[in-house]
Amino acid sequence: MSKEIILEVKDLSKNFGGVKAVNQVSFQLERGGAIGIIGPNGSGKSTLINLITGFVKLSSGQVHYRGKNITGLAPHKIVNLGVARSFQMAKPYYHMSVFKNLIIPLFSPRVRKLAGGKYGDRDEAAIHLLEDVGFERDSNVPYKAAGSLPHGYVKRLELARCLALEPDLIILDELFSGMSMSEVASILPFLESLREEGKTLIMVEHRLRELFRVVDKAIVLNFGHKIAEGSPEEVMNNEEVRKAYLGSEVDSGA
Amino acid sequence: MRVQAGLRKERLDRGIKARTDDIFAIGSPREIMYLTMPRVVVIAALFTFPLLKDFTGMYWQNVMMITATIALLALSWDMLHSVGLVSLGQALFFGVGAYTTGYLNYHLGISPYISIPMATVVGAFICTAILFPVLRLRGIYFGLITFALPLLMMRVIEATKILGGTEGMSGLTPLPGITIKLYVIIAVALVCVFGFQRLFDTDYGLVLKAIRDNDRTVIAAGFDVQWYKAQALFIAALPATFAGAFLSHHYQFVGMPAFAMDYSILPLASVIIGGPGSFVGAMLGAFILVPLSEFLRAFGTLRIVIYSLMMLIFVVGVPEGIFHYLKRKYHQFERVVSIEEVEKK
Repeated sequence: MSKEIILEVKDLSKNFGGVKAVNQVSFQLERGGAIGIIGPNGSGKSTLINLITGFVKLSSGQVHYRGKNITGLAPHKIVNLGVARSFQMAKPYYHMSVFKNLIIPLFSPRVRKLAGGKYGDRDEAAIHLLEDVGFERDSNVPYKAAGSLPHGYVKRLELARCLALEPDLIILDELFSGMSMSEVASILPFLESLREEGKTLIMVEHRLRELFRVVDKAIVLNFGHKIAEGSPEEVMNNEEVRKAYLGSEVDSGA
Repeated sequence: MRVQAGLRKERLDRGIKARTDDIFAIGSPREIMYLTMPRVVVIAALFTFPLLKDFTGMYWQNVMMITATIALLALSWDMLHSVGLVSLGQALFFGVGAYTTGYLNYHLGISPYISIPMATVVGAFICTAILFPVLRLRGIYFGLITFALPLLMMRVIEATKILGGTEGMSGLTPLPGITIKLYVIIAVALVCVFGFQRLFDTDYGLVLKAIRDNDRTVIAAGFDVQWYKAQALFIAALPATFAGAFLSHHYQFVGMPAFAMDYSILPLASVIIGGPGSFVGAMLGAFILVPLSEFLRAFGTLRIVIYSLMMLIFVVGVPEGIFHYLKRKYHQFERVVSIEEVEKK
C-alpha cells in the first residue's frame, strides 16, 4: 500500500542577487516518513526550509502539501495547514514564563479550530507539553522567565512550541545545535516516539550520527544543489558527498 | 577561614499578590486591604480633585485637564510599545481625533455627545489606515515615520487651506462644567488603564506581547502578525483620538496646534519616567511631568533648565520607571546581608 505524499517540492530555487542559494531542488516525503537535510555550512539548508514554510519568497518552483499547492502562501497560513517549524536561532519570548511561551501556539487559529479549549485548559496543555520534551516534572522551571533558561532548554522549548500546533509535518532546523551530548541523547527517544505516532519529520542537522537514528532518508545539499539522496549508508558512501564535506583530495593538494 | 567580604541587599517578596500567575490568592481582610488600598487611594484622590475647585482654583483644574490628556496619550504610547511599535508621533492620533470632531461639529453641526465618540472611533480607524502600510517596520524606523506624519499633516492643512487652514475651526459646541469634564476624562483614563491591563492578561494580549519579543515565532505559531499589529494600533489609537476630540471641545477650537510636537514628546517622556509596560506607569509619569512643568513657572527662564534636570535625575536615578520602583518597594522587603567568602591562602 503506497502512502500519501505529504510534501512534494519541485524544482525549488532561490536567488539572492546573483547567488543561487537553492538551485532546482526537488524531493518528496511520505506521510510518517522522516528526512534529514544535510550539507556543509552555507549550502542552502535553512533557506530551503524557509522557502517551504513561506518565510522567504521563492524565486521559482513549487511546493505541494497534502496535494494542495502552497507555493507563495503566507507563512502563517502554511502553519495553520499543519506545518510546524523550529528556528535555528531559537528565540523564546524572554519576558514571559516558560509555559506562557506555549500558550501562544496553543491559542493559534489551527489549534483553536482543532480542539477549542479555554484559558485554563491551555495552561494544562502547556505543562504537559513541557513534560513531554523533558522539563522536570514538579519543578519551578515552567514558571520562570524564558529568558533565564539555559540553551538546551530553549531548544526543547522550541520543539514543544512546534508540537503545540498539533502539526502533521514538523520541520526542525538544527534542533541539536548547542545541545550537550547528554541532552541530545535524552531527546532522541522522544523524536523516535514522534515517528511512531505517525508524525512526519524534516530535520536539518550537522550531527549526523544522532540524525540517522531518527531519519531513514537524507538529502545532501551543496552550493544550493541537491547532490545526493537516499538512505544514510548510501548518502555517506557517495563520492560527491565525501568531497563536499571533506574537500576533494586534488584541491587540498599536498 | 570565612571572612566578611561585603554587604549585599537582599530582596524578599512579601508573597501577597492579586494574581500569582492566574490564581486569586486573597486570604484575610488585611491582605485584601494590602492589595486594594493603593488602587482605592489613587482613584479616590483622582475623583476628589475636581470637587476641590474652590480650594485649587480654576487654573489647577485646567492643568488637571491637560494632565489627563497627556496621560491618555501616554497610555496610547505604552499600548503601542507593548506590541513593539515605538511612536514618536502621538500628535498624529491627537490631531486626527481633534480634526474629526471639529469637522463633524463645525461643518455638520453634530452634537459633541455624538461627535466625540464618533471622532474617537473614526479617528482611530483613519490613523490605522494611514499607518497600516508601515506597520511592517520596527523600532526606530516606525518611529521616524510617525514623527514625520504630524508635521506633514500640519503643512498639508496650511497649504491646502482645508479644514479651516491656518485659522482652524473655532466656536465648537462647549461641554458643560469643568468638574463633569474632568470626571469624564479621568474615568476614561482609568477604564483604559484597567482595560489594557486586563487585555494583556488574556491569551489574545499574550499574542500581542509576544509580537514585541519575537514576531517570527508568532508567525510560526500561525498568526497573521500584520493583522494583529493593526488591531493593536487601532486599540492604542482610541484613547489618543478621544483625548484630541475631547480637548477640542474643551477649548472650543481645533487648529494646527493639534499636531504640535508637545503631544508627541510629553507622552513619551511620561512613559519613560513612569515606567513602560504597566500602563499605570504611563499615567503616573503624566501626573508628575505636566503639573511639575506648571509648578516651575515661578522660576521664569530657569524653568526649562530645572525641568530638564529633574527629568535627567528621574531617568538616571530610577531607570526602571517610578511606578516599577514604587511597586517593588511595596511588594518586597529589603534587608542588608553580609557576604562571606572563603579566604584564599
